[in-house]
Amino acid sequence: MPTRRVIPGFGLSMGYTLTYLSMMVLIPLAALILKSAQLRWSEFWSTISDPIVISAYKLSFGASLLAAAINGVFGLIAAWVLVRYQFLGRRCLDAIVDFPFALPTAVAGLTFSNLYSPRGWMGSFGNRLADGCNFLLGRFHFAFQFNPARFASLNFQLANTNAGIVVVLVFVGLPFVIRLVQPVLQELDVELEQAAASLGAGPFTTFRRVIFPEIFPAWLAGLALAFARSVGEYGSVIFIAGNIPGKSQIAPQKIIDFLYGFENGGSAKATAIGVVLLAASLTVLVLINAIQWWSRRYER
Amino acid sequence: MNPSRVRHSEISALARIARGSLTLITAAFIGLFVLLPLINVFAQAFSKGVGGYVHTFFAAPPPHGVRMPIHQKLQMLRAASEARRTRSAIAMTLVVGTTTVAFNAVFGIAAAWAIGKFRFRGKTLLISLIDLPFSVSPVVAGLIFVLLFGREGVLGAWATHLIWPDPFSIYWRGFSGHWWPLGASQQLEGIIFTPLGIVLSTIFVTFPFVARALIPLMESQGIEEEQAALSLGASGWQTFRRVTLPNIRWALLYGIVLCTCRAYGEFGAVSVVSGNTDANDTIPLRVEKLWQGYDTQAAFALASLLASLALITLLIKATVDWRRARMSRISESVTP
Repeated sequence: MPTRRVIPGFGLSMGYTLTYLSMMVLIPLAALILKSAQLRWSEFWSTISDPIVISAYKLSFGASLLAAAINGVFGLIAAWVLVRYQFLGRRCLDAIVDFPFALPTAVAGLTFSNLYSPRGWMGSFGNRLADGCNFLLGRFHFAFQFNPARFASLNFQLANTNAGIVVVLVFVGLPFVIRLVQPVLQELDVELEQAAASLGAGPFTTFRRVIFPEIFPAWLAGLALAFARSVGEYGSVIFIAGNIPGKSQIAPQKIIDFLYGFENGGSAKATAIGVVLLAASLTVLVLINAIQWWSRRYER
Repeated sequence: MNPSRVRHSEISALARIARGSLTLITAAFIGLFVLLPLINVFAQAFSKGVGGYVHTFFAAPPPHGVRMPIHQKLQMLRAASEARRTRSAIAMTLVVGTTTVAFNAVFGIAAAWAIGKFRFRGKTLLISLIDLPFSVSPVVAGLIFVLLFGREGVLGAWATHLIWPDPFSIYWRGFSGHWWPLGASQQLEGIIFTPLGIVLSTIFVTFPFVARALIPLMESQGIEEEQAALSLGASGWQTFRRVTLPNIRWALLYGIVLCTCRAYGEFGAVSVVSGNTDANDTIPLRVEKLWQGYDTQAAFALASLLASLALITLLIKATVDWRRARMSRISESVTP
């Protein structure tokens, strides 16, 4: 550490950073810790072990895990395609991957709940498909027409279902895996793969033994980030979820229910649930840092 | 060699099939989960035509002195009052969001200066603390401010009696008799359920954006240029304005626009502290109310404003990436 700094402004910028950080982030978070410390342990435990709260956690964590898994598979494929292949519209696809990051969550929830509602594009996909086919058949004077009822299984009516929650969480977490894996793939030396191929490895063996170990830490970190983002997600989910307590209600919604409900001691219960959510996301954060530290173990 | 430049004849049929199907899967995945929802926003917003779109923001009240059926008159009155609420939500979002972004931008620059230009112990910890709001659920972000400033909160006794001027009622009263020329005709009390609470929770949620956009860039740029400027006799402020700021301006712009996007669109935290009153509606809260009132087209029309802002953000991001790629190409061609 240099004893005399050449560049000015360290004291000012550092002081401002620390003051602002404490005022806006650390002190408010300390309020949560302080409030939860005032709870009695039995009170805390009875709140978070309530069957309705447990089912809210199960839904939040389960749907987030499933969405992160879907993103893990398709995000990996997408990152591979966007880095390795040249095709028409690649730049556009690449640019639009960041869209879930920039789109406000409420708008995402709105458009997904509309898409997958019975009258939306995906919700009436089968009917629309049948209508289109029948129109074309009639246009070319075929006597045959499809029965729209046969296409009913293609109506993806996911609004107010738990599958809809997973769909919207896939959207919310979509950029993470792609954006974390992409730069690693970019840096990966193609000669490694060629060497593997020349030694007789098939494409799957090359992927499994050469490529995947390289991108694994970034991929796992992307999964964890997508999961952490999804667990606390509120704005997009409440538009598409059924919000029935114990069945289709997510944990953040439960906090609001307790906070503004008419139950006695609601704010204490909301605090208890909030602490658990915060602990979960901090655990994931520590996990991500551990993954990244572990992945750089050879560089030190 | 870049694998994408391998000649077609060198690729086996199997590889070509794999390549085609993987590309199709990617296009379908991104198309279904990103492109389709985006198109749907604008399609639904304009489902009643351009006239219907404009009508959601600027519906006129029934004209005076014109005889018309009472139900039509009531309908026009209702549409006009809905449009007025929508406009007031937009105004609230502009005021709250812009305040938030201004605070976070100043913080972002200060933090990036401290972290990017100096070496000190605990840097990693500081970066992690700045990133902390990313991993806090928006609802928890709202909850902590209720626990701090709410009626039963830690600072509740002080905060609920805090009286401050309503920013929407500020008017010009001149200098005669006062030293401060602005007055406010209305006072607000408390922090939670007022715009101040909305600003605080939005600042929390969008806290890291500008800092995150600047820190890696300032760290990679080093301090040589600043040292050169200082050794030539520039003051610290001149060095920042003439040397550092031009180097970071695109990243700063991207950070500010992304922060704006998220601040204007923040829903979870704001819905906890806004108290569900019409006066405190921001755009996302208003979108939810319109949607709950089955006015789908109006909800999408309002949402399309935020979606357009998101598209502009993407455009700036693409420009920033393109410039960075060009810069690195230039520096590669200069250094052997």
